[in-house]
Amino acid sequence: MSMSLPPASGGVDAGLVVDPEVHGVSLWRGAVRRLRRNPTAIVGALIVLAFVVLAVIAPLLTSYEPGSAEWAGDVTPTSVPGPSEDHWLGLDRFGSDMWTQMVYGARQSLVYGVVSTAIGLAAGATLGALAGGFGAVGGRFGGWVDTTVMRCVDVMLSIPSLLLAVSIAAVLGQNSYAVMIAIGTAQVPIFARLLRGSMLSQGKADYVLAADALGLRKGRIVMSHVLPNSVGPTIVQATLNLATAIIEVAALSYLGLGTSDPAVAEWGRMLVAAQDRFDAAPRLAVLPGVAIAITALGFTLFGEAMREALDPRTRR
Amino acid sequence: MLRFVSRRLALMVPVLVGLSLLLFAWVRALPGDPARALLGERATPDGIARVNAAYGFDQPLFVQYFTYVKALLHGDFGSSIQTGRPVMDSFLERFPATIELGFAALLLAVVVGVPLGYLAARHQGRALDTAVVSGSLLGVVTPVFFLAILLKLVFADQLHWLPTAQRQNPRIEATHITNFYVLDGLMTREWDAAWDALVHLALPAIALGTIPLAIIVRITRASVAEVMHEDYVRTAESKGLTATVISRRHILRNALLPVVTTIGLQAGLLFSGAVLTETVFSFNGIGQYLFEAIGQRDYPVLQGFIICIAIVYSLINLLVDVAYGVIDPRVRAS
Repeated sequence: MSMSLPPASGGVDAGLVVDPEVHGVSLWRGAVRRLRRNPTAIVGALIVLAFVVLAVIAPLLTSYEPGSAEWAGDVTPTSVPGPSEDHWLGLDRFGSDMWTQMVYGARQSLVYGVVSTAIGLAAGATLGALAGGFGAVGGRFGGWVDTTVMRCVDVMLSIPSLLLAVSIAAVLGQNSYAVMIAIGTAQVPIFARLLRGSMLSQGKADYVLAADALGLRKGRIVMSHVLPNSVGPTIVQATLNLATAIIEVAALSYLGLGTSDPAVAEWGRMLVAAQDRFDAAPRLAVLPGVAIAITALGFTLFGEAMREALDPRTRR
Repeated sequence: MLRFVSRRLALMVPVLVGLSLLLFAWVRALPGDPARALLGERATPDGIARVNAAYGFDQPLFVQYFTYVKALLHGDFGSSIQTGRPVMDSFLERFPATIELGFAALLLAVVVGVPLGYLAARHQGRALDTAVVSGSLLGVVTPVFFLAILLKLVFADQLHWLPTAQRQNPRIEATHITNFYVLDGLMTREWDAAWDALVHLALPAIALGTIPLAIIVRITRASVAEVMHEDYVRTAESKGLTATVISRRHILRNALLPVVTTIGLQAGLLFSGAVLTETVFSFNGIGQYLFEAIGQRDYPVLQGFIICIAIVYSLINLLVDVAYGVIDPRVRAS
């Protein structure tokens, strides 16, 4: 630790006059600084950014409509027209422009991924905060609330996540909302357990004891001290879950539980449709598959770099 | 130890009760009345009345719930609306296939993953490490069904190296005792049948095993890298122990603790992945049957299979916890 100035006469301020590079940097600002220096984080962020931009400006990138099947006459069982001047990725097996399908597919994946993760995060974090909050500061019913909530989470965890999503999607029917709610619900236990865990460990920290000794109300301690200090891992997990959500949406489509609207371009369904034309046009399967993998890679790289940046053990 | 196991077993009870409530509510939450949902498109007023009486849907809800639980406890998990066969029979018939596939996938993941992770950790920052880490990242982000489709199209359809579908060539005469085809072949000394089953297992196992493999590589690498710098390893080095003894007794034995837990946690992933992999390869296990049930909206089958899978899954997790307690005494105490 390098002191940049000799101790001031007051004495009280002395401790504050230290290298701002080492101290005085908040957890989050420090994390952002470390992220900017990490090549993995930059690659991940660039992939995510490219994906989001493609998804948002999709209508500007193509002059065709998704799922139009305008050129269905050009597609035969043995041949699918490849790249040409009008269609630089060729046509798909239903006679729609492949590039249009791909960019609108990105849009669909982004919406599905973000909304389902938001559902999972909102519900899971609420449950986790409830269990963790009551568990951390006790109170007469603290342990009881914690146990009840976590037993419910255990029930959800007793079903493998994709099967949980499958059973929910089967009840809600074949539409976009069903897919998002199903994938979101399957994520609830992950967030609930994670947030509860970090809140319980924060609850044992000295500053909570200090706040308690100062006579702060328990609700206040949880909301303004324990919770803000516990959300880091949960936010990181949400980034990582975006990758899983995008893959699982495609998996539900693959299992025939996605939306059945032909005007909606969706990577998972494109993959299914391409299977029986693999000999004629392997790109129909490879393009959406690789797109899913690259998008998932972007969120995974960025999420892991974020976890590393927020981890106090790796801070330098 | 006994107390630890019995406490973990006792914890399973509320989970299973909750699960039965959830699945009971699930069939009632299906669109339309349950009889109509159960009958699907073949619903006639007569049929609906028959189903209502047969399933007791005209009874009060709590009576229905207790009837349902009583049936479950007697091993009655309902019957398929498509075939009329008891769900439990179909489950038991197909479950060995899925266990065989899951076991092969996990075996592949452990046998390849642990050494790779170990090597990567010992050569941190070098080309080998970079290759292993990048490869494992790629493994994690590639969707199981995409990988399965690619493997099938390249190695089976194009190159004809391996079979495209099913568990065994139907033309091969094979005696089935346990329904674990490889094991059956070995037990009856029908070597060609065992080999054929093994060959059929190869591609699905690779597809299903890739994600667990990638995860095991990463955990092993991280764990070995951490243990390598522990004080006791330095002590062992300064005592003059050989590198082999240090890596085997001091590094690997300690580093494998988190790996064991991870292996147990793969069970859920394997069940989820099996639905997709078995579908791609028409591998006749519970996954493919579940896929067919989804397509036909065969709700009793879905309900029955999910509760069966959940019970097996909970038992696997219990075993993992017990195994962990055996390896690491600190777990038992907490």
